Amino acid sequence: MTNVLINVPRTARKGEVIELKALIMHPMETGFRPGTNGTIIPRNIIERFVATWNGAEIFSMDFSPAVAANPFVSFFAVAEESGTIAFRWTGDEGFEAEESVAIDVA
Amino acid sequence: MTWREPRRRRAALLGLLGVFAGSLALAQGGADRGSVDGRRSSYREMGPALQRMQDDDTANPGMLFVQLGRQLWSRPMGVAGKACADCHEVQDMKGVAARYPAMADDAAGGSRPVDLEGRIGLCHAQHQQSEPWPAESRDLLALSAFVALQSRGQPIAPPDDPRLAPARAQGEALYRTRQGQLNLSCALCHDDNAGRKLAGITIPQAHPTGYPIYRLEWQGLGSLRRRLRNCLIGIRAEPYAYDASEYVALEIYLMDRARGMASEAPAVRP
Amino acid sequence: MAARTTRRAFIAGAAVVSVLPVAAARATPATMAAAIEEVTGGKPVREGRVTLDVPPLVENGNAVPLTVSVESPMNEGDHVRAVHVFNEKNPQPHVFHARLGPRNGKAQVATRIKLGDSQRIVAIAETSQGEFFSAGADVIVTLAACLEDLT
Repeated sequence: MTNVLINVPRTARKGEVIELKALIMHPMETGFRPGTNGTIIPRNIIERFVATWNGAEIFSMDFSPAVAANPFVSFFAVAEESGTIAFRWTGDEGFEAEESVAIDVA
Repeated sequence: MTWREPRRRRAALLGLLGVFAGSLALAQGGADRGSVDGRRSSYREMGPALQRMQDDDTANPGMLFVQLGRQLWSRPMGVAGKACADCHEVQDMKGVAARYPAMADDAAGGSRPVDLEGRIGLCHAQHQQSEPWPAESRDLLALSAFVALQSRGQPIAPPDDPRLAPARAQGEALYRTRQGQLNLSCALCHDDNAGRKLAGITIPQAHPTGYPIYRLEWQGLGSLRRRLRNCLIGIRAEPYAYDASEYVALEIYLMDRARGMASEAPAVRP
Repeated sequence: MAARTTRRAFIAGAAVVSVLPVAAARATPATMAAAIEEVTGGKPVREGRVTLDVPPLVENGNAVPLTVSVESPMNEGDHVRAVHVFNEKNPQPHVFHARLGPRNGKAQVATRIKLGDSQRIVAIAETSQGEFFSAGADVIVTLAACLEDLT
């Protein structure tokens, strides 16, 4: 299970704009770096990050090799309903990681 | 009327001393964070963006390793099938990292100084009866980061163990020895020239207050040992073997030198 | 924020940037412009509304904190649809492309990026009305001394 650190408030008022932060452990190997013997280390990056709120997409990001290792993302969302916020990362070498958090919107 | 006249020379020297003291006082000004009697954590040499990265637990990449360490703490390992949690309470780890390196009894029946990773490695081998982790193992560093986090904010407090004295003396001697193609000693940069610029970067005083650190250059978490090896390579010296006791000796001296400064693991550094 | 590149800072930056082991392909201002045009479809890009927050001087190019924020009501009729960030001198010109919508409430994205050299970064916001706004920033990248020897 890939190491993921999500930071989302557990509760919010309806209509409140909240910040969502996610950190994931991943080497984000660019594919441009030579290894110890001079040959290029193959590219291995996360390509796509998608966040959904009760299944509806609220944010997505296409990463390039220029995104730093152990990528961090912060974005905002309007709290409209209680439920589940899900984060999903996909990338090279069949990489897939998913994490969800519950939120209570009053 | 020349410089040889004692009165004139004394006045001039006193004047210079005044100017020096004045500028030194000015240079010490500013936020007191990470500064104990003129000693500065390398945190203070970083720009505000990196300081924020370190301070924000939701953004500090080192916290990913702390989280991994927290999971490993409770994971049964080795032939003994024991987890760290089976013998240790997390709250008992408070202050522990701040008093390492310390003496430990090894399997052969002797005792020697070990750093925090060495101590965890001994538990892993002796009590969990597990294969030792390889050098700079991610799991070992994660556990070290988790333990070190429990000392965050605590003053560095090397133990008053007389058995550490020989290693401390060796560490200090190494710190002051010129070595490598550039013929530099640690002291030359980090004592004599700390605060001045080297190729655009401010030379830090090099207090190891935040280890294991998330070093941007490594794009990952690493130990003081790894950082010392980078230093040795930087001065074009032959790095000591990875398991050499020189690293522990140096760390004992450096932690003594940093005595009283606040522990800030897991730190972020460029 | 665009940095005033003083002569001293320029010399320091130029002196420190070592020969980085990158592959032959290298973005240039022209490649960046072409990548931008691919996204905008040649439509006009206006300066304004976009704030690109990145430190003017970074100690290490491996993880540069960057925040893009765009002034927008973020309602159904008028919102930011996408944020695109480009670079001038990395091996390829893209940094990231983010898709937003009225559900975001606030058009602000933050991440950490890699910069292989001192260079210009450009952020482009695309609105639901099909308009493009941009902001740029110059970043000087120094390198930490005493690097690793991977061998």
